[in-house]
Amino acid sequence: MNGQRATRSVEAVFREDRSRLLALLAARFGDLDLAEETTSEAIEAALRRWPVDGVPDKPLAWLLTTARRKAIDRIRRDRAYAERLAALQVESDRAAPTVPPEAGFGDIPDERLQLFFTCCHPALSAEARAALTLRFLADLTTSEVARAFLVPTATMAQRIVRAKRKIRTARIPFRVPGPDELPARLPSVLRVVYLVFTEGYAASSGGDLMRPDLAEEAIRLARILHRLLPGEREVTGLLALLLLTDARRAARTDAAGGQVLLEDQDRALWDADLIAEGQRLVVPALTGPGVGPYAVQAAIAALHDEATDFETTDWPQITALYDVLFQIDPSPLIALNRAVAIAMRDGPQAGLPLLDALADTEELRGYHLLPAARADLLRRLGRTTEAAAAYRAALDLASNEPERATLIRRLATLAGR
Amino acid sequence: MKYLLLINTPSPESTGERPADGPTVEEFMAFDKAVSDAGVKLDGNALDISNATTVRVRVDGERVVTDGPFAETREIVGGYYLIDVPDLDAALDWAARCPGARYGTVEVRTVWEPDLS
Repeated sequence: MNGQRATRSVEAVFREDRSRLLALLAARFGDLDLAEETTSEAIEAALRRWPVDGVPDKPLAWLLTTARRKAIDRIRRDRAYAERLAALQVESDRAAPTVPPEAGFGDIPDERLQLFFTCCHPALSAEARAALTLRFLADLTTSEVARAFLVPTATMAQRIVRAKRKIRTARIPFRVPGPDELPARLPSVLRVVYLVFTEGYAASSGGDLMRPDLAEEAIRLARILHRLLPGEREVTGLLALLLLTDARRAARTDAAGGQVLLEDQDRALWDADLIAEGQRLVVPALTGPGVGPYAVQAAIAALHDEATDFETTDWPQITALYDVLFQIDPSPLIALNRAVAIAMRDGPQAGLPLLDALADTEELRGYHLLPAARADLLRRLGRTTEAAAAYRAALDLASNEPERATLIRRLATLAGR
Repeated sequence: MKYLLLINTPSPESTGERPADGPTVEEFMAFDKAVSDAGVKLDGNALDISNATTVRVRVDGERVVTDGPFAETREIVGGYYLIDVPDLDAALDWAARCPGARYGTVEVRTVWEPDLS
């Protein structure tokens, strides 16, 4: 009984704080491999000892002390390792421990921000950043990360090993960028979290429309970032955006797993708590000079969440926000969303030329939602033949099964007219 | 930790000649002074980009000498700095300050050390 409780306690600590422990060790030794190894060893020691000795008062401090002792043992045992770490000036750190062994939970600093900036360093490829963040900050296993990106486990393992080798050999530091560097470095971190979310929200391929586990991991990462950087408005904006979008999750699929578009969703299924939390965050994210892209997107999501139905949505306000967003980031994807909003505000004939102007854009080539949006406008204008051709063009490009089903349904309704 | 900053400039073949709006000698002298004053410069030189000669020794021992850089690319190494700084962030800061980064690119490489893990 007591043993079971102890095991559960270890698991609870590690579900919550494994990434914290890893970050502390990485920051202390400047070496991700050693941090990983000693984190695992400390867990194993806890699983052996706690059922016998009882759970210590300060589990994280116990684990940290144990892991640190094992790291120092390892350094003493292994000369090659010691030489490598000597270069990282571990000796001076060891002489002056940052955390006294008896320190309580609250006294132990949260070093995960450093780990975020290392894992999302611009010197790493975008793929590697997302993989490292999920592996070390979301604490997914390598095979779980592999599943997240739909690649074989061996491929992902190799990707992670390569990225760690670059961190080590190029010596990417474990540090939080200074205030002058933060504006340049933070977007890379936020982008990784955003991409994890969007992959969960609209799986790029495969049989499921959504992979909610990934969306949840992204929200968890965004919450950690928000806790560590409460004053950064784009962090607040990103968390708000994810919450306000995820709030609609239950309404986005029907019982058979099929896609339900925003205009057809049962808004009673939307999560009122998530919406309320998101709304509270949007205000500080938007307030002040120099509003960022995540805050604006969160504001757009909030307007959708507040609307009682699709038609009475505040399209003028949404269009205005897309104008702001387009000024910040004049990308074709934002132009596409802006065109759709204008079509809702002023009618389909107003949106169509804007979409047609995007037809030859390199970035949108192969993107199924451009012909799909065009098809919707043509359908609403009663131009059935052109609409059907556009739906077929979208079908040729879409690879997510539920999204394809939606397009096929639309195509079928055209035939019935 | 030693980092090599390889300063790539548009190769003369691709542009005809050095771009008129390229970095000035004064800009490079100011950068050189900054790197030297900070005590991180181990070595550094501009290279003559008007000529390059490539040597390769075949399996059978034959020496093959050809005119020009090994790979014809749009950029050629126009100079280098070898610096000693604590980590990649510091190296990237110096690379970004190098005038060559505004007109071409600066590639940051680490000096190989045996990987002990």
